[in-house]
Amino acid sequence: MNSLAAGWKGEALSYGLRDGVIELALHRAPCNEIGSLALEELESFVHALESLKQPAHALIVYSDLKSGFCAGADLRELYQRSVQMEKTKALAGVRDFLERIHRVLNVIDGVPFTSIAAAHGVIFGGGFELALACDLIIADKMARFCFPELRLGLIPGFGGIPRLKRDLGNAVVRDLLLTGRSFNAVKAQQIGLVSQVVGEGEALRAARATAAQIGKFDRHTVAAAKKFIKPIPHEELRKEIDIFCELFSRPEVEAGLRKFVESTDAQPYLP
Amino acid sequence: METAEKTLDEILSLAAAHFKVSRERLSPDDDFFKTLGIDSLQTLDLLTKLENHFRVELPDYELQGVSDFRTLAGKIQARL
Repeated sequence: MNSLAAGWKGEALSYGLRDGVIELALHRAPCNEIGSLALEELESFVHALESLKQPAHALIVYSDLKSGFCAGADLRELYQRSVQMEKTKALAGVRDFLERIHRVLNVIDGVPFTSIAAAHGVIFGGGFELALACDLIIADKMARFCFPELRLGLIPGFGGIPRLKRDLGNAVVRDLLLTGRSFNAVKAQQIGLVSQVVGEGEALRAARATAAQIGKFDRHTVAAAKKFIKPIPHEELRKEIDIFCELFSRPEVEAGLRKFVESTDAQPYLP
Repeated sequence: METAEKTLDEILSLAAAHFKVSRERLSPDDDFFKTLGIDSLQTLDLLTKLENHFRVELPDYELQGVSDFRTLAGKIQARL
């Protein structure tokens, strides 16, 4: 029988403990875009992890929305900030946002137990970066991954490049980043990004089964193994924030954001 | 190897089944955005369905500006 304890429900996400597994559910329409609100709630989750992690042996991150796991940063909010604020203030705000989301994702990346992203549908930009912070990605066969940031005149800013480079290598980063193309779960598994591809709507069930299996291992050994095999690339993460902020100050970014916000195109993530 | 006509026919059947419209309503030269009334997320769904069905990779940028089933079939056929 399942038990949900120490639960919390916000506007963008919910979390709780279920059978020794911390579950973080994203549920802000249209597709879990990460803006100020989601960031605040992610920070609240990371704070709560301190008390949740004692009895837990795994973390699962998933989306309750049909549209997908997460479409990335809230570009509408970023655009509003860009046009409404004085440029220096807007840039300072962006840097602050990036440093905060990096702190959150570094905590998720380094939790002393196994973390699993149960992904479906859209896993774009910052959503892809959230999934990359997890140890394993289990994707349903309709999942789609993409780093579309270059179309805005930006690079991914939530730690995506250093983490993808750490996990898969530079060639994969170049392919995804420099073409801006999306790819499906089967391709993602072929390149080693996704550990399991499951049927439509089955990612969370498969993640729970995997988490149950992981729970049979000794916690101390899991923590030691993870610390050894998954170092956080701090230096590159810092560099990423600097490059992002340098690019953000260019007028091309505001034009790119406006084009996206006003787009009615069927593929708005392409330039 | 599948013929172009067979590929086109399979795309029409797949789109009809996925978006729950009658197969008879779809024609090769239809603008599928209008006929199916699909948005950007559903366009991605269609792309994934097609890739999974035909076991090919279709880079999104090759489909930019493609809006009818016949041209779409040509793009897939070129990767079979």
